Amino acid sequence: MAGDRDIGGAQATHASLDAESAEWLRTLGGTGAEREAALERLHAILLRVAGNEVRRRAPRLRLSGPELDDVAHQAAADALLAVTAKLDQFRGESRFTTWAYKFAVLEVSAKLGRHFWRDPGVPLEGEDWERLPDRFGFDPAERSEWRDLLAALRRAVDEELTERQRRIFDAIVLKGVPGDALAVELGTNRNAIYKAMFDARRKLRAALVAQGFLDIGIRGRS
Amino acid sequence: MNGWDELDRFLSTDPRDVGCEKAMDLLHVYVELAARDPEAARRRHPGITAHLRACGPCQEDFEGLLAAVSDAIDY
Ligand SMILES: [Zn+2]
Repeated sequence: MAGDRDIGGAQATHASLDAESAEWLRTLGGTGAEREAALERLHAILLRVAGNEVRRRAPRLRLSGPELDDVAHQAAADALLAVTAKLDQFRGESRFTTWAYKFAVLEVSAKLGRHFWRDPGVPLEGEDWERLPDRFGFDPAERSEWRDLLAALRRAVDEELTERQRRIFDAIVLKGVPGDALAVELGTNRNAIYKAMFDARRKLRAALVAQGFLDIGIRGRS
Repeated sequence: MNGWDELDRFLSTDPRDVGCEKAMDLLHVYVELAARDPEAARRRHPGITAHLRACGPCQEDFEGLLAAVSDAIDY
């Protein structure tokens, strides 16, 4: 994957802060009643963002109303902790509230990743290659045309991937386990899961191209 | 989109892709730019754009943060 090129140009000094962001920094970095009031106000904002985020995702989740509320409250509390602990890492590249909202959203993701295992809703035993045609939108009526492609893909998964890549491919692609939930299960993080899948995707595509199943067309640069 | 294209799209990797960690590090910067001018966000941070296109969890977080930033205009 690419390096640091995207980081450049993002630095800004606090001198360029908008007034509202500067006020957040001043009060949260202060002491006494003023700081307490700011923390309370920030918590209310984070709870609203987390609540909205949970509701936005709810249609795709298998969680009850009280469980959703619970996730929102936990996410808001942990986001508040993260924001206060990382206050000196805020570099003024965005509004302070946008930076703070990010922690609420990321905490919602992390909580939902853990929640997944209470009721996965998918059979987790065995591999489910039968799901694959449907998942990628292969027309059952044209089975004779794609049957060899998927057989080659399956062979490439067996022959080209490492044990760990195969396990991750199996969970995400064949079983539909969300990446964050898998990260919890494997005791790792989203980035490591993504990196493993990135390498797996590249190997599998190369294997299919080598066998003439996919063209080195406009997408063949990688 | 048929299955061949969809599978090809899924397997294709973009060398500009910065990965989850870097994308999440700059998500607050990217989202403000994207809310104002999506094309400028793509131009300035092609590595993040490439990542969000390929990573479901990060794309989900981006959409959530974009919704939060868009809501905030009313507060
Ligand atoms: Zn990602």
